[in-house]
Amino acid sequence: MTEQWHVAQVVGTTPVTASARAVTLAVPGFAGAVAGQHVDVRLTAPDGYQAARSYSLAAVGADERVELAVDRVPDGEVSPYLVDELRVGDRMEVRGPLGGWFVWRPEDVGPVQLVAGGSGIVPLAAMVRARRDAGPEVAARAPFRLLYSVRTPQDAFFADELEAAVDLTWAYTRRTPPGWPRPARRLDAADLAASTFAPSDDLTVLVCGPTAFVETVAGLLLEAGHDPARVKTERFGGAS
Amino acid sequence: MTESPDGGALDGNALDGNALAGPLAAVYAFDVTRALARCAHCGDVSVVACAVVFVTAMGTVARCRECGEVLLVVVGTPTGTSVAARGVAWVRA
Ligand SMILES: Cc1cc2nc3c(=O)[nH]c(=O)nc-3n(C[C@H](O)[C@H](O)[C@H](O)COP(=O)(O)OP(=O)(O)OC[C@H]3O[C@@H](n4cnc5c(N)ncnc54)[C@H](O)[C@@H]3O)c2cc1C
Ligand SMILES: [Zn+2]
Repeated sequence: MTEQWHVAQVVGTTPVTASARAVTLAVPGFAGAVAGQHVDVRLTAPDGYQAARSYSLAAVGADERVELAVDRVPDGEVSPYLVDELRVGDRMEVRGPLGGWFVWRPEDVGPVQLVAGGSGIVPLAAMVRARRDAGPEVAARAPFRLLYSVRTPQDAFFADELEAAVDLTWAYTRRTPPGWPRPARRLDAADLAASTFAPSDDLTVLVCGPTAFVETVAGLLLEAGHDPARVKTERFGGAS
Repeated sequence: MTESPDGGALDGNALDGNALAGPLAAVYAFDVTRALARCAHCGDVSVVACAVVFVTAMGTVARCRECGEVLLVVVGTPTGTSVAARGVAWVRA
């Protein structure tokens, strides 16, 4: 079904942070998604004007349901609408599931390092959820670590659920919780050395977030000796 | 470094080849983003998902990660989607 646009209906919305919202869509025929994949969403205005954007699946498994989590980009064309205006019962079009490269499957063996910046957590959260739901044997075969960079504690997506499911390190860039040992600053080489798996032949590293974040982190990973072929990236866009 | 077809610098909005999956699904039945492609300009062979992608009003442009030359352009029109892939020497699924 990936090749066509399908009508989707909003069946639920839940606040995730002050600037982000989870949106659940019912999409007849949607099935078989893999964690890390995305959909393209297309909106059509009453005058026929169309805008399409990509959004990652926040969870996989529930057939004919698409779970998204959208962060508001100020002055953006599409995201403020999805975060602030969209209501249960509204319709849009969806194409997907899309992309078979930036994915993790429960049958994949070997350690996985996830590095997220802001809303870049969305496809990585789908992977953490897929691993948790696959049970302890899968978890033992595929150790996960997550390094999650957010502006402030209030900007974290899915904090409690992630903390319960994965070895998680927070990196705050603007403001930390009281008494937090690491001062607020951007992710750097010291953070990667302290809080991520060291390079190895069977390690997969998945990095997702705004384009500037992904470029910085991918550069640091290569400097730290990671094999470029084992570092997969998903740039969400945004001016550097 | 790179420029959009209309001349504007678009570096800040670079995406990965993953973002080609939707536009290319309109034309190809298999997931091209997982395929290997060889750049006709510099000979680099890499997974299509690793290309540098810019979404413009005119369409989606994928450039070679190594040399920056255009690999392919996907253009959607009211009558369908077309792919021009002159910058690709070959694709292997
Ligand atoms: C494969 C893929 C998956 C994605 N998954 C998600 C997801 O799960 N959740 C999510 O919230 N977003 C996701 N995005 C980003 C999303 O597609 C849009 O780019 C984003 O919502 C902004 O769209 P907009 O129409 O509001 O802004 P636009 O009108 O397109 O842009 C307005 C301004 O904001 C800047 N901008 C664009 N995108 C971003 C960004 N991501 N961060 C900061 N500045 C930006 C632009 O440079 C421009 O100056 C994903 C992108 C890709 C390519
Ligand atoms: Zn090239």
